[in-house]
Amino acid sequence: MRVEPWLLSLALFSAQAAPTGPELDQRVEALARELRCLVCQNQSLADSSAPLAQDLKALLRRELAAGKSEEAVRQHLVARYGEVLLYKPPLHAGTALLWGAPLALAGLGLALLLRQRRRAGGEPA
Amino acid sequence: MTSPRRSFLWLLPLGLALLLFSLLARALQAGEPRTLARSAPSALLMQPAPALDLPPLDPAATLRPAQLRGQVWVLNVWASWCAPCRTELPALRALGEQARVPLVGLNYKDSAPQGLAWLRQHGNPFQLNLADAQGQVALDWGVVAVPETFVVDAQGRVRFKHSGPLTAEQVQRELLPLIERLRHAG
Repeated sequence: MRVEPWLLSLALFSAQAAPTGPELDQRVEALARELRCLVCQNQSLADSSAPLAQDLKALLRRELAAGKSEEAVRQHLVARYGEVLLYKPPLHAGTALLWGAPLALAGLGLALLLRQRRRAGGEPA
Repeated sequence: MTSPRRSFLWLLPLGLALLLFSLLARALQAGEPRTLARSAPSALLMQPAPALDLPPLDPAATLRPAQLRGQVWVLNVWASWCAPCRTELPALRALGEQARVPLVGLNYKDSAPQGLAWLRQHGNPFQLNLADAQGQVALDWGVVAVPETFVVDAQGRVRFKHSGPLTAEQVQRELLPLIERLRHAG
């Protein structure tokens, strides 16, 4: 059976627009796992039962149920609470060092190792 | 045979590890860190202040949120169930008296009778109190824990945020000069 592409996109769009029931539960839960509970020590919003976490989870549900995308809800919260909320910090100028340092260190280690081996190879055994 | 240059290279990782250890040890000795959210600067700094679409706590209040436009004002988020809010009252009162700017209270997750009783008992430093019984407007302001204090400039932008009780010293050293500066800028 051939499905008209526009029909498919319409179906996908309406699913996006008004999620309900288990699908909504799942999306709220998944998004809450990415977000830090700000009043707890190292718990995600999904794990926490603190009043602020409950309020924020209710907000996630409301916004997702209103048809907003995960990214839009994330932006909404980051604009108010800051990037500290995100467990996975986005890559920008301020976090370049955070993301780049492991790569740079690995590169440095590799360079030192290669140098070492070349020297060892150059010397008579 | 190893050259002196090579033996120095071997010491480098050890030195780095010692440096890391000493930094971590110092952080540990500094005691329990403030939670991340409390030490981070507000995401709202230089952003437009969120709307205060709320009923006044006291129906007899004459000041309206709309009247705050075009002037420097201070928002303090408080609750009758919040002990540190009582601790900061003298500092807040000094701020209101000396800064001569509107001091607005956001009564957070409180009941009107309890909020009003608290104000009667401890003295009311605010010109206007708004009742955020569900704590929904506080979510827009990025409130994590009461008390929190914001300064909004004449253009309606958030210029300052402090989490936790204000101290008299902080009011003199930080807040009054800031408000004075903002008032002359506006």
